[in-house]
Amino acid sequence: MSRVKLLSLQVLVALVALGLWHIGSTIPFGTGANGKPFYLLPQFFFSTPGAVIGRVFTMFADGSVYAHLWITLVETVLAFTIGASLGILIGFWFARKPLVAAVFDPYVKMMNALPRVVLAPIFALWFGLGIWSKVWLGVTLVFFIVFFNVYQGVREVPQVVLQNARMLGMSERHLLRHVYWPAALSWVFSSLHTSVGFAVVGAVVGEYLGSSKGLGYLIHQAEGVFDVTGVFAGMVILMIFVMAIDFLVTLIEKPLLVWRPGETKTV
Amino acid sequence: MTGALPAVQLNGVSVVYALAGGGRYEAVQPVDVRVAEGEFVAILGPTGCGKSTLLNIAAGLMPPSSGESVIYGEKLAGLNSVAGYLFQQDALMPWKSARDNVAIGLEVAGMARANALAAADSMLAKVGLAAFGDRYPHQLSGGQKKRVALAQVLVRRPKILLMDEPFGPLDAQTRLIMSELLLDLWQADRKAVMFVTHDLDEAIALSDRVLIMSAGPASRIIGDFPIPLPRPRNIAELRGEPEFHRLHALIWNALRDEVRKTYGLTSAGSAA
Ligand SMILES: Nc1ncnc2c1ncn2[C@@H]1O[C@H](COP(=O)(O)OP(=O)(O)OP(=O)(O)O)[C@@H](O)[C@H]1O
Ligand SMILES: [Mg+2]
Repeated sequence: MSRVKLLSLQVLVALVALGLWHIGSTIPFGTGANGKPFYLLPQFFFSTPGAVIGRVFTMFADGSVYAHLWITLVETVLAFTIGASLGILIGFWFARKPLVAAVFDPYVKMMNALPRVVLAPIFALWFGLGIWSKVWLGVTLVFFIVFFNVYQGVREVPQVVLQNARMLGMSERHLLRHVYWPAALSWVFSSLHTSVGFAVVGAVVGEYLGSSKGLGYLIHQAEGVFDVTGVFAGMVILMIFVMAIDFLVTLIEKPLLVWRPGETKTV
Repeated sequence: MTGALPAVQLNGVSVVYALAGGGRYEAVQPVDVRVAEGEFVAILGPTGCGKSTLLNIAAGLMPPSSGESVIYGEKLAGLNSVAGYLFQQDALMPWKSARDNVAIGLEVAGMARANALAAADSMLAKVGLAAFGDRYPHQLSGGQKKRVALAQVLVRRPKILLMDEPFGPLDAQTRLIMSELLLDLWQADRKAVMFVTHDLDEAIALSDRVLIMSAGPASRIIGDFPIPLPRPRNIAELRGEPEFHRLHALIWNALRDEVRKTYGLTSAGSAA
């Protein structure tokens, strides 16, 4: 399928969805039991696409959104950086020291099984209502993804590749740099979209549950006053934010993963 | 001076694998193999008889279940650091380009990167891959990968060469060219070579001695044929010579019975 055709179909889906939303929320379907006009999607609960888009534009136009975007971005970047670094370090350590891995295995599983949302109040208590409680919430999410991937990546280097590297005269230090590290990194990168996504989740959920800045706070605040238009506008901005970050990740990972057998292209 | 000592001695080496379920598999019963300094020894045997197993022992990748391997007079403990091993399987680092794969063995030995890359390029050119240095393994054909692996091993000029079906996936012409390249390099600085192959012609053409292994399990060495063909050899012409045919018939008889055993056939040829 050509790009143009694909793109127009994708746009069509968006237009149909927005159209249905618009019709449901602005055009009455007969009269309700109380004599008032009946809407399939009452504006009180669903707002209207026009109002939401308008609100998004004003938020950008009057500049009120930037401070929140910035905070969420900082939290996301910090959560990702710290979580990924810890995940890489500990993933390496566990993979190279089977005893350590065996001892900690049940605890790692227990920690990972815990729904992270329940940590938010504790983190707020420990780290305050500023950015750090959000950052650490994101870290607990990012860490496990990166950790498991690095652990797998290091352990699943094919035996024969390892043996070959040893026969080529590599010491443990060389192996770390030329074999384990690239193998682990490729797994980290293959999970980059997921882990960055989780960094955002940590930040936003943390903000939602208690803060005075950030996209999560914006949404929470709008909900508090039944400002449905504000809630939807916040969600739209959040989506744009996530997609922009995802796009950046794609740009970064492409040149780093050239060696991976991807889709074979012919011309 | 290591001149008088054999490069590789496997003394009463046997290999029993521990199977995952708790069982044991005796792959090789105690064998003695001796490869003199500068000697080219080919190893032939039916599939699964334990050829790769023996090379792994000589490489020091695993200890034998009994016996010992002695390298230039010293009992091997751990990796055999004077050997280069061309593995049967794909063993290139997928995250390194062909050039980097070849150069890395020199770099970790302390050569400056620029020199290592230059050496890698010239070795890649020798195996006919001058234009493929920038490719990653997944962008190479099976035979190209094998040749990169060959360059990777040869560029380090190891004193002992262990080669496990190095020319397996190559076409007949390329095989010939690669065999000639190998012989040229070997002629220049006579390394000890253990060369596993399935191709009897190739074994005779290249080697000083052909060892035949029996079918597994518990395989042993059932034939040790010296190849007294004069050197330097012209591989392409060798195959027309009567001496070559005599050796071929001789060794083939020994080998045929073993191959049949692997498939449960009797030497008379009737299906079991
Ligand atoms: N890690 C292992 N665990 C158990 N058995 C093994 C293991 N490696 C090899 N074997 C068995 O040992 C025997 C010899 O294997 P080996 O790989 O040495 O054969 P080979 O002669 O190189 O065969 P081929 O010509 O097919 O490469 C085989 O029967 C194989 O199944
Ligand atoms: Mg083999």
